[in-house]
Amino acid sequence: MSLELKANAFQETAISAIGDIQLQTALDRGTTNSVNGRIRAMSEAEVTDAAALRAQARAAKLRALRKLPDLLEQFEAKVTARGATVLWAEDAAECNRHVIDIARRHAVKSIVKGKSMATEETNLNHALEEAGLKVVETDLGEYIVQLAGETPSHIVMPIIHKTREQVRDIFVDRLGMAPSDSPEEMTKFARGILRQEFLNADMGINGANFLLAETGHAVIVTNEGNGRMCSSLPRVHVIVAGIEKIVESVEDFGTLVQLLPRSGTGQRLTVYVHMMGGPARPTDPDGPEHMYIILLDNGRSRIRETDYAESLACIRCGACLNICPVYQNVGGHAYGWVYSGPIGAVVTPLLNGIHNAAPLPHASSLCGACKSACPVDINIPDMLLRLRGDLVKEGNTPRTLTAGIKAWATTMQSPRLYALAGGAAKVATRLARGKDGMVHTLPGLLGNWTQQRDFPPFAPKSFHQLWKERQSGS
Amino acid sequence: MTTPHERPSVQGKRASLFVTCIVDMIYPHTGMSTVEILERLGVSVDFPEAQTCCGQMGFNAGYRDEAKAVAKQFIRAFGDSEVIVSPSGSCVAMVRDYYPQLFRDDAEWEDRALAVAARTWELSEYLVDGLGITDVGSKLPAPHTAAIHDACHGLRGLGLKQQARTLLSHVGNLTLIDLNGADQCCGFGGLFAVKMPEVSGAMLRDKVTNITACAADLIITGDASCLTQMNGGLHRAQSGKRVVHLADVLAGKVE
Repeated sequence: MSLELKANAFQETAISAIGDIQLQTALDRGTTNSVNGRIRAMSEAEVTDAAALRAQARAAKLRALRKLPDLLEQFEAKVTARGATVLWAEDAAECNRHVIDIARRHAVKSIVKGKSMATEETNLNHALEEAGLKVVETDLGEYIVQLAGETPSHIVMPIIHKTREQVRDIFVDRLGMAPSDSPEEMTKFARGILRQEFLNADMGINGANFLLAETGHAVIVTNEGNGRMCSSLPRVHVIVAGIEKIVESVEDFGTLVQLLPRSGTGQRLTVYVHMMGGPARPTDPDGPEHMYIILLDNGRSRIRETDYAESLACIRCGACLNICPVYQNVGGHAYGWVYSGPIGAVVTPLLNGIHNAAPLPHASSLCGACKSACPVDINIPDMLLRLRGDLVKEGNTPRTLTAGIKAWATTMQSPRLYALAGGAAKVATRLARGKDGMVHTLPGLLGNWTQQRDFPPFAPKSFHQLWKERQSGS
Repeated sequence: MTTPHERPSVQGKRASLFVTCIVDMIYPHTGMSTVEILERLGVSVDFPEAQTCCGQMGFNAGYRDEAKAVAKQFIRAFGDSEVIVSPSGSCVAMVRDYYPQLFRDDAEWEDRALAVAARTWELSEYLVDGLGITDVGSKLPAPHTAAIHDACHGLRGLGLKQQARTLLSHVGNLTLIDLNGADQCCGFGGLFAVKMPEVSGAMLRDKVTNITACAADLIITGDASCLTQMNGGLHRAQSGKRVVHLADVLAGKVE
């Protein structure tokens, strides 16, 4: 499993995704169910004042980002006092090094992992395997992705790109399951295997949905229960969390934890809300002997100082992916990195350098559905627009387009040139008309228009002309 | 976003039509429909002839300097207008939502840009929220069943949804029904349509599928750009259905 950045191949991957009927079936089902679930869970019948709740959540996240350094130190002090160790990781390599060092220190051989996007970001599994360690994903979707040698294609639903039949084939081929299409049968089978992995593991690794500064707890919201097995069965427990997961107070957490499941899976609350605040105490019946929390920066502090700081308010619910008509058609792998959909189109260029993800800010019609679905009201279209501006400023744009835009700007600043250009386009489009009155083929870049749809010819007289005639006639 | 009630009242004021470049060149009849509706309601209308384009195409492509130059032409053309009315949610959203950002900290132009932005209205918004009109008193020549496609920038940029429905509910010979996925983008997105034609085309096919499955024979929308995309797709799919502009329906000009 490799997580090399392939965002610059967006268009090619998107085109093959659009033609992949199985993928389209899977995406359609997954995104439709999630969108409907969110709309129901955020409806008036469910939430007294959804707008107020969103505003409160947004304020909580933005405040936490403003106070980030202090809150992280507060978190560290609280959780350290209960016997956990906090480690700071400047980048992906440092994060992975920390985990490997911990594994060596405690003679770890076998690792179980709960769902974590931060460790996808650092490509941790690859680093652990290189270091000779065995690592097993235990979130069912992530387990399937690992078996298939793939990467997750959605923040919340890693295998949204797979149909049930494809999952069956993976289980049959890789694990020797007796063929069955029943999700219950398949889950039961995987559960049997994973149970043994939990019992054998020396180390568990989790991500975090929230870090509570007030109390020093890391929180995960999950449905499968695998996360708490990872945190409580093995003797060593490691949490890897992006620094932007910090929230100031239990009250803020109370606001956000209402919105994350509602926005992500359409649930009022996930099956488990699991709070982790340190290793086992002498009186505890179970729990890890050692607990480490790695706080991952990996570019976040830098983004926090820019106009794109708001992107760090994301709570990774996936609502913007589900509602996005681009994501619905191309899926997550087209975005070529860990985070996909509208928020991925913003954070992938920010975290990896804009030239390494140049198509992503353009992979949007700017319809605004992402912003309207976002539980913390992140202005994604505005950030995409500003990233496009950055690409132009840095010269990362086709020369022909730049020439075209400059000609357009010159024309539009002069009513006389505007009328002349309109007249020329009128003649050209009227000559290009087919028998049915529409234009079916256009030259150059405009050929990309007629590749997909017909074009109407310009009118015989512009409104400017009609208005002049009307004024002189009256 | 500037909300209507924070803006100067439009009552009794002359309206300047911003026709938009697309309507000007491809759908001038929609511009005429807009004039007819306004004049029928007793609004006096003028047309500043120095107008060209709002600058959105360059802005959305990331060319902020070029967009700013074009936006200045808009500000010059409409500098003296009391109220600016346009049959396009998208172009109005450009002026209202993005001119303030484009001219921020520009000592010479910022005030002028903000003043123009505050006086600019989308047609249905101007009629319903500005003038308080719900019935423009029109009737189609023949009965139609129609559904609305909520164009993205009007819906999510300007927050317009009920305005068009209110006005259309009073149009004679017109039955309004719902379009599945009415608030889902048609895939136009300006240069997006030609820069990523396959993705835009896939979004368009989703829209065409919904329109085909809808019992309406007419789809009504408030933006000529989305209309061009959807009609282009319907025509390519050899569908008998068509998309018409809200202004033409309100003027009773749809056959």
